[in-house]
Amino acid sequence: MAQETPPSSGRLRGSDPAPAGRTLLDDTAITRALTRIAHEILERNEDTSRLYLVAIPNGGVPLARRLAASLSQIADVQVPVGVLDTTLYRDDLMLMGERPLLRATEMPSAVDERVVVLVDDVVKTGRTIRAAMDALMDFGRPRMVQVVGLIDRGHRELPIKLDYVGKNVPTSPRESVCLRGRDGGLDGPLEVVLLPADPRGDA
Amino acid sequence: MIGSDLLGIENLERSDIERILHTAVHMREVGEREVKKVPTLRGRTIVNLFFESSTRTRASFEIAGKRLSADVVNFSPSTSSMKKAESILDTARTLDAMDPDAVIVRHEVSGVPKCIADVLDAPVINAGDGAHEHPTQALLDLFTVQQEKGCIDGLTVTIVGDILHSRVARSNIYGFLKMGAEVRVAAPPPMIPPAIEELGVKAYTSLREALDGADVVMALRIQSERLAGSYFPSAREYAATFGLDRSKLHYAKEDAIVMHPGPVNRGVELAHDLADHRPSVILDQVRNGVAIRMAVLYLYAGRKRERGQSRSAS
Repeated sequence: MAQETPPSSGRLRGSDPAPAGRTLLDDTAITRALTRIAHEILERNEDTSRLYLVAIPNGGVPLARRLAASLSQIADVQVPVGVLDTTLYRDDLMLMGERPLLRATEMPSAVDERVVVLVDDVVKTGRTIRAAMDALMDFGRPRMVQVVGLIDRGHRELPIKLDYVGKNVPTSPRESVCLRGRDGGLDGPLEVVLLPADPRGDA
Repeated sequence: MIGSDLLGIENLERSDIERILHTAVHMREVGEREVKKVPTLRGRTIVNLFFESSTRTRASFEIAGKRLSADVVNFSPSTSSMKKAESILDTARTLDAMDPDAVIVRHEVSGVPKCIADVLDAPVINAGDGAHEHPTQALLDLFTVQQEKGCIDGLTVTIVGDILHSRVARSNIYGFLKMGAEVRVAAPPPMIPPAIEELGVKAYTSLREALDGADVVMALRIQSERLAGSYFPSAREYAATFGLDRSKLHYAKEDAIVMHPGPVNRGVELAHDLADHRPSVILDQVRNGVAIRMAVLYLYAGRKRERGQSRSAS
């Protein structure tokens, strides 16, 4: 979802007062959706030893950690969690004035022969997932790539489908949807909010 | 807000420097991957326009550009045929007509990168101009210190050597002061520019005093063939008074690191064993140089120059 966010305004609105918005999922609903997705991942992948969760920052990171905890609780499997920043693989960098901040990439295990499950918070155009797949291929040759999107907004611009969806949310392309921490950081309780159309332009 | 060109550290804000250093942290991680290449600048052209010879800096920019998937063209007009300012600008205009996405300029005369930036559409990165500035060297030095020490604020940095002729010293003085360090310079008196303390540094002619309590010691390259006789009696005497070795390093803090922009005159400004082993971090500086130049290219290359904005803004 990184690619749908204007470069200057991070999805975590920092110290700005959080703008009001309609809550689409609260923390309990997020946990419930992730637990269901964890079951679906186990159902789809018999060989759990190959699983590798790879989060797309920032929002994918706490979600992937929760998914890993769920998988460990349900099936007693320890699934490694990686973080893959897609910024250097974006297709719109040259269209921007100031370049976006880079975020950490940490890939603790090799991706070769693994079933990589990409985890993102909000999927819209699919361009971030495209960038993530390209980035992933530079790290090796996964056996399979699957995608989790906590929120699927539609509006796809590339032929990319999600394997696991938390919630389908039909929205106007001008509205914005973000995952944020209720107390400002992504470590505590989370919520997904729908923010009204950004007057500055396409959000 | 980062400007169109990187001409010097003097006109960067602290936040710009922090932005570049933050970006370099992630670029260094790219350099540690098995595939050390990202598609960020694919289809972009970067011109290395080096009027003054350089192996290290040019190679460093070339590797940085290639790791970002840019096409890098090296262009080194011989200086003898380029004495006139007009021909420099002609060269620059010719290159500009080829639509580069960044032009990296080194020249033996101060101010040439700025003159070129004034006529080019492409962003200009200064890779060293005369005795003026060498911003990417200072940035990689700041980055190396940040990696070694955790932060730069509050550190004491001592720069030893030919402060008068050194663009590395000048850029580092601006950089370390902006990042909150205390900066000292030490050299034989003729190599200390008279008004240097107006920049906010302390000047010393005693190495011992300058090193007292230093966290970072940076030795500069001494062009002993050119300078011996007029600025100091002989290379041997310079080495005895201002050359760094392990015994003189005792005056600095116990965990002080030693830096050098390279290439080292072994036995002149740095003792042999010090050049090769900790606490010197010279090879880390080289490695970090690629990351810093990747960061600079990421942040500057391919950006449209905004009309109406002062072209000299950097």
